[in-house]
Amino acid sequence: MLLMIGLYGIVVKKNLVKKIIGMSILQTATILFFISIGAKNNATIPILNHGHDSSHTAIDAAAFINPLPHVLMLTAIVVAVATLGVALALIIKIYEKEKTLEEDEIFCQQINTDITNN
Amino acid sequence: MKKIGVVLIFITGGLLVYASLDFPLWGDPNAPASIHVSPYYIENAVRETAASNIVTAVLADYRGYDTMFETVVIFTAGIVCIFLLRTRKSLKSDVSRSYRHIPTGITLRIEKGGKFPEVSMDFERLDTDWVPHDIIVKTTCRLIIPFIQIFALYVIAHGHHSPGGGFQGGVILGASIILLAIAFDMRAAMQRMGERLTAFLCVAGVFIFAGTGVLCMLYKKSYLDYSALMFVLGVDAASARSHGILMVEIGVGIAVMAVLVALYYNLASAGRLDEGL
Repeated sequence: MLLMIGLYGIVVKKNLVKKIIGMSILQTATILFFISIGAKNNATIPILNHGHDSSHTAIDAAAFINPLPHVLMLTAIVVAVATLGVALALIIKIYEKEKTLEEDEIFCQQINTDITNN
Repeated sequence: MKKIGVVLIFITGGLLVYASLDFPLWGDPNAPASIHVSPYYIENAVRETAASNIVTAVLADYRGYDTMFETVVIFTAGIVCIFLLRTRKSLKSDVSRSYRHIPTGITLRIEKGGKFPEVSMDFERLDTDWVPHDIIVKTTCRLIIPFIQIFALYVIAHGHHSPGGGFQGGVILGASIILLAIAFDMRAAMQRMGERLTAFLCVAGVFIFAGTGVLCMLYKKSYLDYSALMFVLGVDAASARSHGILMVEIGVGIAVMAVLVALYYNLASAGRLDEGL
């Protein structure tokens, strides 16, 4: 559902900032999905009791949530931050140049400049 | 156009819902995602790395390459942002500035071409769209920022045994600097953490991570195989891997903090690093 909202934002909305919000929602949807894959019934968080003797006791893998999706999503969050930063930087540049963030207006302006150049 | 988009989205959504029918049950311990490599991590992480937080152990040790290039990704994002937005100092000198003369409390507005006062105790630079001092916000931030930073250091250093690690701690550290820049003004934050320092720390964080890997190579082990550090630290292999994780987490934390602050400085001032939000 979140993924559909995000996709709607990216595809349908004309405003670039709204597209970025859609992208963030899409990324959040993916992250939630992966985290839900790692869930196990009656399992706890993947943090074991610390202590040097604890390493000798047997550990039941079914008693702990799958840590792998958490790790992967930690990196995905970082990528989300990075893309968000770069996208906002690009948006500031586009706004300085075109004075608008509406996609069709930018398109019209570029056609106009092409006509005047020819 | 809009209708086509909506139809496409619903087709995609429908396909995803249809695909989810094939999924294993939610919370099934025998789901394919949970039976391949993750039981190995859960059963062996503490014995091999002495880090009771398995997520940290997997992140920084088993998947060390992934995390290293992750750090490189955010480093690249910070650099790209600086390249895209940063403008030369000489371009901004033709705007008007506001100053307050502190002994008299008079606010001066100097239009372009005028002579700006030197940096001194008498004159305080103000933002152009200046808002009056909010003493409650400022005092609260002054009190709370040291504790935020201590908590960030705790999150980095205690990432082995509790939820946390370099990424999270770095974000909290960066947020404390950004809070300073919002509550006071950007110049106050930049006096404490200037542009050069930020750029240096971006590089230093990645360098610590990569340097740890190279240090492991010097002792004839694979890149980022921290058990090589047992020759340096004089502890057993599991503890050495634990310390190696801590080292790269510190590197990650520094890089994340610096990149976040650099992103904020450049985005908030559109690259002029002069007046923020």
